[in-house]
Amino acid sequence: MVFMQGFLDEQFNQLEELQDESSPNFVEEVVDLFFKDSSRLLTNIEQAIDKYPQDFYRLDSLVHQFKGSGSSIGALRVKNECSVFKAHCNDRSLEGCRRSFQKIKREHATLKQKLESYFQLLRQVGPREYAVCSRK
Amino acid sequence: MAVATEAQFHVLAVDDSLPDRKLIERLLKTSSFQVTTVDSGSKALEFLGLHDHEDSPISVHADQLDVAVNLIITDYCMPGMTGYELLKKIKESSNLRDIPVVIMSSENIPSRINRCLEEGADEFFLKPVRLSDMSKLKPHILKSRCKEHYQQEEHLQSNNSMNPTNENSSSISSSCHKRKAVDGEILLHTIRPRHC
Repeated sequence: MVFMQGFLDEQFNQLEELQDESSPNFVEEVVDLFFKDSSRLLTNIEQAIDKYPQDFYRLDSLVHQFKGSGSSIGALRVKNECSVFKAHCNDRSLEGCRRSFQKIKREHATLKQKLESYFQLLRQVGPREYAVCSRK
Repeated sequence: MAVATEAQFHVLAVDDSLPDRKLIERLLKTSSFQVTTVDSGSKALEFLGLHDHEDSPISVHADQLDVAVNLIITDYCMPGMTGYELLKKIKESSNLRDIPVVIMSSENIPSRINRCLEEGADEFFLKPVRLSDMSKLKPHILKSRCKEHYQQEEHLQSNNSMNPTNENSSSISSSCHKRKAVDGEILLHTIRPRHC
């Protein structure tokens, strides 16, 4: 899974280990749930950033949720950028939060694209080949 | 295809995050647990038969618990009722306090972990929870059932002065104590520091 390198960490492999005949689409299902959930959170974060006066506590809490679900699917770069965002919340730096949020959105969109391609590829390749591929 | 030869234990999983609920459900099912998931502490209490009304004391009736719950695993950070608050309510209930409770959190904060353990949590998992964590659950379930059995035996012994099963009971209770000590040691080693 070379083209995913750096974007996903070992947790993604853990998800793949949980997929079997009884739950053949588990990974894609969890990923779908993450993107449904995260879209909602991103909207809430954006609204919270634009609100005045800023509620850094709420911002931190929203990003914390986002970071949590991200780490559950192994979204490494998203998770790391969330940590940067949280540090800016801690420093009460609105400008830092804004910059970081733009990065989070970009990482999130890139990850979504890559995972969509990945699952499409798997469907084309077929289950047996998937079993071979996922060992790397 | 595996044939289930033993009764499945039932775990109630509480997490406000949808992808996390899906993950914990899969982890538990893969480990042969029967699973019910809820998205909040208040729904968990409802499921367990506890109703948190301001005007009436918290009470539970045995017939409200339609399905036995053998273990509760809950996220710490949840809006409304936190996992810690849920833990407290469970431990305050005479009917529910013996159900083992496991707390999950994405943050490795020693004071948080200690507070939960002091309040009666049996285990603390760092998220993301892994398949290897699931093997730590059954010992807690068995320990609490053993304790329950021991308490029942003790009650029987104190009621019947001439109890023909005395010898058997004492050997069971001593093995329960042993199991308790071992589990205590295991608990100390499982809290491993991890980077969030």
